[in-house]
Amino acid sequence: MKRALCLMLLTAFIFLAGCGTAPVRKEPEIPAKYPVSEYVKRDVTYAIDAYDPWEPMNRRIYIFNAIFDNYVFLPVVSGYEFVLPVFARKGITNFFDNLTEVTNLMNALLQFKFVKAVNTFGRICINTTVGLGGLIDVATLNDGIQREEEDFGQTLGFYGLGPGPYLVLPILGPSDLRDTTGLVVDTVVYSLMVGELINLTGLGSPEDAILNYSLSAIYAIDKRSNEPFRYYKTGSAFEYDLIRKLYLIKRQFQIDN
Amino acid sequence: MKRHVLVLICAVIVGFSGTQAAAYDYKVDDPYAATIAGTPEVLEWKVPEKIDYELLGLKVFPDRPTPDVFWYQREFLYTLSYQKKEAPLIFVIAGTGSSFYSSSMIFLQKAFWGAGFHVICLSSPTQMNFITMASATCVPGNIAEDSQDLYRVMTKAWEQVKDRIKVSEFYLTGYSLGASQAAFVSKLDEEKRVFNFKKVCMVNPSVSLYTSAKILDDMLLEINPNLTPEAFDRWFNERITKFGEIYRMMKEPQLDHDFLYDAYRLLHKKGQTPRRENLAGMIGTVFRLASSTMIFTADVMTNYGLIVPKNRVLGSADSLTDYFKVANRISFIDYFNDFLYPYSQSRNPGLTKEALIEGTSLRSIEPYLRNSPKIILMDNEDDLILTPQDMAFLKDVFGARAKIFPRGGHLGNMTFKDNVAYMINFFKS
Repeated sequence: MKRALCLMLLTAFIFLAGCGTAPVRKEPEIPAKYPVSEYVKRDVTYAIDAYDPWEPMNRRIYIFNAIFDNYVFLPVVSGYEFVLPVFARKGITNFFDNLTEVTNLMNALLQFKFVKAVNTFGRICINTTVGLGGLIDVATLNDGIQREEEDFGQTLGFYGLGPGPYLVLPILGPSDLRDTTGLVVDTVVYSLMVGELINLTGLGSPEDAILNYSLSAIYAIDKRSNEPFRYYKTGSAFEYDLIRKLYLIKRQFQIDN
Repeated sequence: MKRHVLVLICAVIVGFSGTQAAAYDYKVDDPYAATIAGTPEVLEWKVPEKIDYELLGLKVFPDRPTPDVFWYQREFLYTLSYQKKEAPLIFVIAGTGSSFYSSSMIFLQKAFWGAGFHVICLSSPTQMNFITMASATCVPGNIAEDSQDLYRVMTKAWEQVKDRIKVSEFYLTGYSLGASQAAFVSKLDEEKRVFNFKKVCMVNPSVSLYTSAKILDDMLLEINPNLTPEAFDRWFNERITKFGEIYRMMKEPQLDHDFLYDAYRLLHKKGQTPRRENLAGMIGTVFRLASSTMIFTADVMTNYGLIVPKNRVLGSADSLTDYFKVANRISFIDYFNDFLYPYSQSRNPGLTKEALIEGTSLRSIEPYLRNSPKIILMDNEDDLILTPQDMAFLKDVFGARAKIFPRGGHLGNMTFKDNVAYMINFFKS
């Protein structure tokens, strides 16, 4: 997981170094009829504004993500969807959903959301046993217990931590400093638990690189397969701004819930 | 996606309006509410959940360079859904600023395919991909020119797919501005005869683009007649906050149409009355957001110097936030007066503004519409983008070929079962 993250960052930075050239002007500029200097006031907060001090880097990573998505991620996902039938993919989604319940549980408890915590605990018990190790989401059937998403970013928000600077993560997409911190914590907890499980079940050693990489890869492909977002399909020339705002609004809702 | 987001934001300010006993089961009788809320899923025409379609691309102007800031625009995109056997092919043209990805277009694609037709879905000539990749001038709004662009891509798309599908005859439809363009495309086809359209269905067209755009522009002013940028942002921020409140009230928020209607009912139960200025303001905002991308794109493509300084070359990763803020301040009428008209005039020196306005109106092709039995109209008595004179014009010109529903606002009932049945029956009969 850590090595994968390093590789991801390295790739992104190599790409960034390549696309950071300044635009070349051929003829002298003539001020616009509706100039920014006149229409945008610096002391006014606009609806679309967000705290984004790393915007130049973020925009480049956004582009990198779009290209990576188009040429690597989505083709792999297509292959995955072609090879595996729907029920098998559903099983894989359920399996990882069940594994990640542990961070839902942890974060619900940290926020004193006991109903959510009890529900999540119930889901883990039912799905791990009756649901054959999490392959079937039995708990949700017949208007049963719904999944409650809680992550460490939400927990930090619950304790009053603001989002901090907006951040576009390589491959993973929109985030902010608080949620990225949360993601690291959740990932560590998740990895420790998976390591323990591998030990307990005797499937291999937790240090087994191939096993770990395979699990991470399938996890990532499964997530992308379930995510309908496609870069540059909003039809807006200002997609970066809209997605940024939407992400921040969405997270605020999740924290307030 | 954008449309979805906007629709969601719209949900915050919608109230539930009363019901009315009538043969027509579409119940929302406030045209503003109908325009925003659309049709609840249970009352929609049943379409297949998932259909096969192909995303296809065309190089319409292969030698034209694409500015770096639009690096992701590589070719003109459209979708094809086809039947295995011989069938008529329907071209569908999207409304202002919309692409074939918009939920209305996907709905029509499924409905027509489900009814046994081949379907090609085309983005609006006012949409970014169309402007950058398929517009000859890159400055949309002159319907006659936009229709030539449409005809060009339709011809090329047909060449691209004709070996693979068996087509018995060609039909054409479009909604909103796409309906007006469909009329012009049909007229163009009478000369060029590539398709020989047998049936054309216009859904909620604008009679005059200028008038309709002015109506939509002015809806923002209903929020506050002296709307300053600051007042608008305050208003808009309040809407977003309200959306948060509704989101919290809902037990299981699903981000789809049903969510809208749930929000609608919830607000009603809480005794909040629908406020006309908020409904209108939301419709105006949606229109403004669509036109802001159009204006920015046209500006960059032609180096016109409207928002972006002339001769400035924008890089792929440059911040566009400030331009977005400026573009949101420019009305469609500003665009018409300060860009479309002077730009058209520079290429066509004798052109007067009145002539351009007239040229973007269905009135300019009135005799053709009056004498073409193959063209029908589907519209609503309370369509927001029409003046009473416009409605009278449509009824007069189309006569028995006009189907006017009593309610629905602008496109609120397009996916309603009776409406889709009407379209499909027309194409099938």
